[in-house]
Amino acid sequence: MSQETLSEITQSIVLGESEDTVRLTDELLAANVEPMTIIREGLMPGMNIVGDKFATGEYFLPDLIIAADCMKAAMQLLEPELVKREQAFQSAGIVVLGTVKGDIHEIGKSLVGTLLSANGFKVHDLGVDVKTDEFIEKVKETGAELVGLSALLTTTMVKQREVIQSLQEAGIRDKVKVMVGGAPVTKSWAEDIGADGFAEDAMGAVKIARLLMS
Amino acid sequence: MTTNYKMLDDEVVEQIISEGIALLLDPGIRIQNQEGLQLLAEAGAQVNFETEVAKISEDLVRQSLETVPKTFHLYPVSGDDPMVQYGGDAIHFDPGSAGIMLLDDLEGNQRYPVTADYVKWVKLVEVLPQLDAQSTSMVSSDVTEEIGDLYRLYLSLNYMNKPIVTGAFRKDTWWTMKELLVAARGSEEALREKPLAIFDVCPSPPLTWSDLTCQNLIDCARAGIPSEMVSMPLAGATAPVTIAASIVQHTAESLSGIVLSQIVNPGAPIVWGGSPSAFDMRKGTTPMGAAETWLIDAGYVQVGKTLGMPTHVYMGMSDAKIVDVQCGFESMGGAMAAVMIGANMVSGAGMMDFENCLSFEKLILDTEIIDLARRFRRGIELRDDPIGENLIREMGHHADYLSSKHTRKWYRKELSLPTELIDRGSWDAWKEGGSTTATQRAHRKIQSLLDQYQPNALSKEQHDALREIALDAAVQFGMDSLPALED
Repeated sequence: MSQETLSEITQSIVLGESEDTVRLTDELLAANVEPMTIIREGLMPGMNIVGDKFATGEYFLPDLIIAADCMKAAMQLLEPELVKREQAFQSAGIVVLGTVKGDIHEIGKSLVGTLLSANGFKVHDLGVDVKTDEFIEKVKETGAELVGLSALLTTTMVKQREVIQSLQEAGIRDKVKVMVGGAPVTKSWAEDIGADGFAEDAMGAVKIARLLMS
Repeated sequence: MTTNYKMLDDEVVEQIISEGIALLLDPGIRIQNQEGLQLLAEAGAQVNFETEVAKISEDLVRQSLETVPKTFHLYPVSGDDPMVQYGGDAIHFDPGSAGIMLLDDLEGNQRYPVTADYVKWVKLVEVLPQLDAQSTSMVSSDVTEEIGDLYRLYLSLNYMNKPIVTGAFRKDTWWTMKELLVAARGSEEALREKPLAIFDVCPSPPLTWSDLTCQNLIDCARAGIPSEMVSMPLAGATAPVTIAASIVQHTAESLSGIVLSQIVNPGAPIVWGGSPSAFDMRKGTTPMGAAETWLIDAGYVQVGKTLGMPTHVYMGMSDAKIVDVQCGFESMGGAMAAVMIGANMVSGAGMMDFENCLSFEKLILDTEIIDLARRFRRGIELRDDPIGENLIREMGHHADYLSSKHTRKWYRKELSLPTELIDRGSWDAWKEGGSTTATQRAHRKIQSLLDQYQPNALSKEQHDALREIALDAAVQFGMDSLPALED
């Protein structure tokens, strides 16, 4: 019974039916299935299938985001249970994410955040128009290992350099990896400002994040 | 579906039709074919056998328009559901026809195509879903010219499943081509019932049917094989320089073709097609990429549709010698015009250097043009009512449409995506991918497309029968064998 429900959860993520994901997660918890089992054998396989389908061109961005939303909804039920058991889903890394000061572009940054969460990262999304100091404080507060800086404008991308410099001045530059992204951001810009990683798109960002954490 | 774009007011179309009809009576149509003249005389036209001119009355024209089919279909080799509809709102694309040259490389060198090139072309057309029909695209240079036409059809029938737009270069070879079609379809009856091919028949401007094309038209009509009239006024050279008057000439020539076909066999399927051109007054050439060429096309298609006729155009081609910017924008311009006027069959994919040369790369790139043009033509669809008010209010000032159910419900229907041929990535990704041009990417795609090819449903006996028919014709014209065919 539970095995069947686990594969139904997987299927609900593949189909992007978040109500089903939540309902089935509830059912399994009520049947005393371990939350970790639900994550490893129900949710993650679904995310992997969606990722594969995106890579082969069968799925597109909305499918990816909607699947991540399913995952997120289920995790909201599962996290308190994990805490009760004094377990933690081993995070792939703690990330502080935001769009830099003066820039209110949200979509790309949120996409990256959603996909990082869905892939096991603990994401602290600071939103848009984030002051350089806020990044620094959040990194200190959360012990983040990774900082993601988004900029959509050529006039604001300079703030990415500023954040990196501030990390240096705060003496924590060697504790975090920095990845940058956004439409005007290129690999050579990333190298120029001393960032550790750069990706073309949200899926690429997940790949780079994993690489930087390994 | 949007409505067909109209270039002319209805009253102007009516005037063009009545001027076209008037021209068939005076000066009449020249028919350089005795049987054609005889048939017209028997049908009541005033025929002068010496000057080869037939004067056709409006009554005879109107009578012919009564019997001519408004819609008919072409069927694949497999005999399954029709793949092409002539008439109504259908819009299909097929490659250009009878190119004598092949673009040999990306530098613009041309050479004469041979059997292997022809076969490769047929296979590509077969796997490209944007193309609904084959055409006897190029003239293979490794057989004698006398069998040039039937050899093309023979090669196509060996490899194609899609129906084909073809044409004969001689009167006698038409019969061999018919024999090939009957062999592929099984019987004359079956071929009549499920047409597999349509024959282009071209009047010669101004107001003339040559012996050959008139005979082809008559023979097609008698056998119930569809024909497609390709009237080609050359504005400023063989037709009036004014676009509207060139359309009048096209109308007169095409009406005379309908009369001929309907007196031979009332109900014979025939298409209101063409390949007109503006005349380039400096180079003396026939540009396919000229806006005036497209305007003549647009005008005559509207006239044809007003008469209830199935329509055809030669559009989406280019005069460029290399697959470059000119090649792209001329092809796109023509294809866009073609879909907006709603021509049932748009011939020309893969064709360049006027109508002389074919390019594999252009063929593949043109399928992207076809996708864009078709999508544009499909227009703006109303999915919800209210259109957006409720949704936008609900979403408020947050841009999370990407994760909304509404997006998931509609995005695949609303937003189309090109293949990897079209670069919509970042500069970095393009650089990393080798800084390629679209033409280079198309070139690299050829092999993977060919790998998708599946043989058609003809039996070994049918393939053998086709070869025997083609070989007989080859021997008759002095060849002792035909080039070998691959599987």
